[in-house]
Formats: sequence, structure tokens, C-alpha cells
Amino acid sequence: MKEVTFRVFRGDKEKGELKEYKVPLSEGMVVLDAIHEIQATEANDLAVRWNCKAGKCGSCGAEINGKPRLMCMTRMDVLPMDKPVTVEPMKRFPLVKDLVTDVSWNFEVNKRIRPLKPQPRQADGTHRMMQMDVERIQEFHKCIECFLCQNVCHVMRDHKITDFIGPRFLIRCATLVMHPLDTENRLRELKDDFRIGYCNITKCCTEVCPEEIGITDNAIIPLKERVAGAFYDPLAWLWRLLTGKKADQRT
Amino acid sequence: MSETTPGSSVSRPFLETRREDNWWVGPMATAMGLLAFTVYTTWAALQGEHYSWGPYLSPFYSPLIKPEGWPLSPAILILWAPGGFRLTCYYYRKSYYRAFMAMPPACAVAAAPHKYRGERALFIFQNLHRFFFYLAMLFVVILTYDAIIAFNFDGSFGIGVGSIVLTLNAVFIAAFTFGCNSFRHLVGGNVDCYSCASMGKQRHLLWRVVTFFNKKHMEWAWISLFWVGFSDAYVRLVSMGIITDMRIL
Ligand code: SF4
Ligand code: SF4
Ligand code: FES
Repeated sequence: MKEVTFRVFRGDKEKGELKEYKVPLSEGMVVLDAIHEIQATEANDLAVRWNCKAGKCGSCGAEINGKPRLMCMTRMDVLPMDKPVTVEPMKRFPLVKDLVTDVSWNFEVNKRIRPLKPQPRQADGTHRMMQMDVERIQEFHKCIECFLCQNVCHVMRDHKITDFIGPRFLIRCATLVMHPLDTENRLRELKDDFRIGYCNITKCCTEVCPEEIGITDNAIIPLKERVAGAFYDPLAWLWRLLTGKKADQRT
Repeated sequence: MSETTPGSSVSRPFLETRREDNWWVGPMATAMGLLAFTVYTTWAALQGEHYSWGPYLSPFYSPLIKPEGWPLSPAILILWAPGGFRLTCYYYRKSYYRAFMAMPPACAVAAAPHKYRGERALFIFQNLHRFFFYLAMLFVVILTYDAIIAFNFDGSFGIGVGSIVLTLNAVFIAAFTFGCNSFRHLVGGNVDCYSCASMGKQRHLLWRVVTFFNKKHMEWAWISLFWVGFSDAYVRLVSMGIITDMRIL
């Protein structure tokens, strides 16, 4: 049986290195299978986080040959197997051990976003939404919170800017801002607190998203346009002066 | 913040990556394409001659404005508008941030170490994209007019290779312009509830049309960029007598 060489990061916050393991290749194998094989045979103490093995829980994000991906959705046959396959933890988050990182910063950021504040119910006690009104935001609900986009975004990864909420949470904001029932104004917050201006739409978040969400085109750019309309557009400003509307008022 | 602050991993030197694929091909090709276009356009715009022949007018010189006593090439008076449109276009922004400014050069490849402010501070002007879009729409009309005129050979209908070149130019520029992200916002992207807003259904339909073009915005950006340069070169070569315009009809 053909063998593939893996170089897997082993270590903790203090020190670590890439260690080599050989794994027999089997049909339909994904990288997570190989990691499990290593764990079962050579390295019982190898730390790895996973749950569903179906690309839906978002736990198994790692950097495979330098690219952020889900281990369970990366088939061996998309990788060049004549060379060693490198598996490392996501680089942007603090390391716990081996392939496991502490992504709890994301949960803290999430708390800063005010939840949906819907309009009052209709006379029959229900909320009604038309398909055409929710189509756009349905795409954003596919997010599995793997945080691969947060990991790859250069704003935080390379420039270490921590007051930018990142693509995953800009998506969540877009869901609320475009929601047909929401009543909150959120644009000023997007500009001043969540710092959407840091994003320079270079689309790495979109490139790595395993759910293929159009993060940049369908969420971030539309939000940037709304922020531009509210704060950087002299004509819109004049229009508001004449109509008495507020800058980040919902339409 | 505590331990959970992101980015506590060691900061990485410029271009550091574990990627083994040819990630540099993309930014390299982009840089060369943009550079080649800029060099040619600057040269062609400064010539101030050989920009028209028969019914054809080079798109770099359209609309032709020649004020009395203006010493330079007339192209300079108009090119800032389509130039500004492309400079502030969301797609082009991505391409030159990556290819020329290395922020980042490619995904998971360490960005250039300059102090990063994103599209804040100096780059806040990118927010003016919508105003260049209004002008770009005007240019679609003007170039369409030029394309129609290109079939008028001294009062009678005819088709030359140049007529087709200029028609395609108008089509490509229109396809690029109609996919503009600011346009997508203006026609319907800014509506929260299509079923309740006035004209909501029509706006939803328009939004979908613009979305159709927007999906291939990058492709249209390159096709139209190449073709507008080619159109100028074609008219220029015909007017210099280096090639002859073939008449089809
Ligand atoms: S497009 Fe914006 S949010 Fe996405 S990775 Fe790039 S800078 Fe970050
Ligand atoms: S947007 Fe995509 S990459 Fe980001 S957390 Fe959600 S599923 Fe993962
Ligand atoms: S194990 Fe659930 S996404 Fe990979």
C-alpha cells in the first residue's frame, strides 16, 4: 500500500516542531483520517479537535500545506502526495496544544453584536417574511463558525489589529442589517466600533470559506456601500438634510 | 485583553508562508497586466494625434473636447473619469492591494510590514466610488454613441472591422459598468424589505440583473481593459496608415 509522509506540528505555546509520520493511504482518505491514524498508532497524545467529520461542525480547521482548510473536507487526492503533507494549527489563534487552538476570542466578539430587535408582531400574532426578502441572508446562515476566515484575514493575522471584528462577524452584521424585520440602526457601530474600514476587500476570507459563502461580495461590500451612503456621500447627506432622515436609518 | 487575544503567535516576516503552490503567479500576472495597460494608456493619451479615422474615434479620446488654446492632448481632459472609476472599483482595489502593495500578496502569505490602516485614513477616498460610477454610466452612453457612429461611412451605412471593434468596446465597458458594486447597492442592495418598500419588486429584479454582471465583475474588468486598449491601438494603426481597415459591407 502506498505511504504518505505527514509533517504534523507538535508542541505548545512555549515550543514546538514539525514531526514526521508515515501513514498508509486508503481510498477516499481525508487529512483528518490520517491524523486519526497517527493518533491511533504512533502518537496517542496528539491533540486534535473534531466532531462531525462531515464539514458541518467547524471544529477541525487547520493549515494544510500552508492553506487554511477543514481537515475532514480535504481529500488526500487534492494534495501532491509525492512530497510530505504539512499540517499545522491555525496561526492566528493562541495555541493550546498540537493542532488545537483557543478560538474563544471569537465568542467574545460575537457578544458585542446586538441581537435582532424585530418589529412588533402582526395582528394575528405572527411575523411574516417573504422569500425574496430573506434570500440574501440565507446564504450567510450557512456559516459553520470554523473561523478559517478569521484565521486567514491579514488584518488580524499579519497586522495584529484586534479591534476589527473580522469577516465572520461582518457576515453576522450583514444578516441583521439586511434583515426585513430588524429595527436597529447598526451602521455607525460598523464604522466606529467594528471597524469595517480595516477590510481592504482582498477576499482571502472568501477564498478559504468551506461553505463557499460570498463573504466579501455579498456581505462586506454591501455593508461598505451602506456605510459610504451614511457617512461618506455628500449627496446623500444633502438628501437627508432635506428629508430629515437619520444617517444610518433603515430603509 | 487576556490570553485569548488573537495574533499572539509570533509575528512573521514579509512573504513568510508554508504554501508550496505557485501563489506568486496571480499577483505577478496582475501586476504585469496593470502595468502594461498603464504604460500604453499613458503613452497613447499623451500622443494627441492619430486618435480618429473615418467614422472611428479612439475611446481614449471620447468625448473629444478640445478647448481653444489647450496645449496638451485632449485625452487628459477626460481620462481621469474612467481612470478614477477603475482605480476605486472594488475589484481593482483588491488586485492592486495584492499585486503592488502586498497587503497581502496572497492568502496566508505574510503581508508587507508597513503600518496598516486599511481603507481608513488616506484610503478613505475609495468611498467616492459611486461618484465615478455616475460618470462611468455617462461614458457608456458616449461610447455607445461612438459605436453607432462607427457604422456611418460618409452618410451611408457600412461595416468595417473598426465598427465591430468599437461596438465590442461599448458592450464590454457596459458589462463591466453594470456589474459595479455601487450600482448593485443603489438599484436595490440598500433595500431591507423588498416586499414592503415602494417599487420593491422592481428594485429586486434590477438588483438581480446587476448581481448577474457583478458575479463576473473581475472577468469583465480584464476583458474591457484589454479591449479598450486594443480599440485605441486599432484606430491609431489605421489612422497612421500602418494597417488598412477592412470593409465587410
Ligand atoms: S476581504 Fe476583508 S475581511 Fe476578508 S480576509 Fe480580506 S481584509 Fe479580511
Ligand atoms: S464564513 Fe465561512 S470561513 Fe468564516 S467561519 Fe463561517 S463557514 Fe467558516
Ligand atoms: S469535523 Fe466537523 S467540520 Fe471537520
